[in-house]
Amino acid sequence: MNTFSDSVIAALQLITSADPALWVVVARSLAVSATACLLAYGVGVALGAWLAVARFRGRGAVLLGLNTLLALPSVVVGLVVYLLLSRTGPLGFLGWMFSFKAMVLAQFILVVPVVTALTRQVVEDVERQHGEQWASLGAGPWLRSLLLAWDERLALLTIGVTAFGRAISEVGAVMIVGGNIDGFTRVMTTAIALETSKGDLPLALGLGMVLLGVVLLLNALLAVIRRWGERRHARPLPVIALDGVHP
Amino acid sequence: MTAVQIALDAVGVQLGAQQALTGVSLRIDAGERVALVGANGSGKSTLLRTLHGLLPHSQGQVLHAPGVQQAMLFQRPHLLRLSALNNVALGLWLDRQRGLNWKAAQAMALQALQRVGLQSVAGQNGRQLSGGQQQRLALARAWARQPDVLLLDEPTASLDPHAKREVETLMAEFAAGPTAAQPVTLIWASHNLGQVKRLSTRVIYLEGGRIMADLPVADFFNPVLLAECSPAAHAFVQGELS
Repeated sequence: MNTFSDSVIAALQLITSADPALWVVVARSLAVSATACLLAYGVGVALGAWLAVARFRGRGAVLLGLNTLLALPSVVVGLVVYLLLSRTGPLGFLGWMFSFKAMVLAQFILVVPVVTALTRQVVEDVERQHGEQWASLGAGPWLRSLLLAWDERLALLTIGVTAFGRAISEVGAVMIVGGNIDGFTRVMTTAIALETSKGDLPLALGLGMVLLGVVLLLNALLAVIRRWGERRHARPLPVIALDGVHP
Repeated sequence: MTAVQIALDAVGVQLGAQQALTGVSLRIDAGERVALVGANGSGKSTLLRTLHGLLPHSQGQVLHAPGVQQAMLFQRPHLLRLSALNNVALGLWLDRQRGLNWKAAQAMALQALQRVGLQSVAGQNGRQLSGGQQQRLALARAWARQPDVLLLDEPTASLDPHAKREVETLMAEFAAGPTAAQPVTLIWASHNLGQVKRLSTRVIYLEGGRIMADLPVADFFNPVLLAECSPAAHAFVQGELS
């Protein structure tokens, strides 16, 4: 198994044979990243939409900080979460260290800035162009940001997929706070790192292929949703039925 | 005597480092059709936005008669990815003074769409309509609010001649109001002097954020009188007509 092609063939066999060792790790990875992204998406979209319309002293500094956090190294997040959750840390009482929750927390911290910053940009661009029209109709800043965020939902969906891609492909944070414990906290990226160091290239490669496949599937799903959305917008939309009122 | 609906007294507007309006004073009576003309950057849009409260003024006073309802139309209306009906209904639902529930807003929106001849596309996505239809939809959104004053910022500037005529006809009909006793005041910015001549009763010429001429439409288009009253406005009109 010392050639690339042999490793690829063995990896494909692992995938097609539904090897439990591989699929348990895949399932855990998806669960951790999906949970972290769902939580981060809720927080990030609300925060980003608010930042798009809010005007306060120090806003520039907040945006600068937020944009800097886009490049947050995952190992630094891992280290910070480790310090927070360690026995002597401020969140040590939670007892989350080396657990599913710790990994979710680390990935949540990693992707919240991504969702927030990108949502802020999308909503602020539309607000700058058309915000006054909605203001003239009586929509206050907060309602305006929600309306415009809803209107840009396809762009926000792309942001969600970007965030998921960032979460599922990171290795540093989950390695530090999860500990890569077999059967508990081992996820695709930590398993790839471990199996590569052990020389089990087929399993590492198999996991790598699944990882790519997951991202590919997500992007394909996104493309389908976008196309469906565009087609739906081209067709007459259903008008909510009104008693005695027919267009 | 006609009631004064809007009064501006020495209004100044600062946009960043630029003084966008300086010492603007005017009175607008109910039922007037006031066209704002002038070159790009002369302050037409700024004046409309100031009248509608979208821009704060740094000097002077802007006064509205009690209870006056206003609506504003923009050059490129922004419609959400909703049906035409729901776009109009949303505009009504956002009007807190009206306090309509969604169903009532939709019922009124449908009447507004019928008013502008768009009932057949009520279920279509607002964004998929043609430019002219979108502007008529925006007019319906404004009309549905039953305004006393309708402000329009170059409403036909980006439309083809046919759509222009349709919107212009609707503007004239809206200005006539629901009854002859309740005419709607129109204040609009335009580069189209033909349209100004056809629709307005009064023309205000702006230059560098100042009012340089404020005349009844017949006087504004009388070259001798205009040259006498305002050489700057006369030069502008001659330039536009040549």
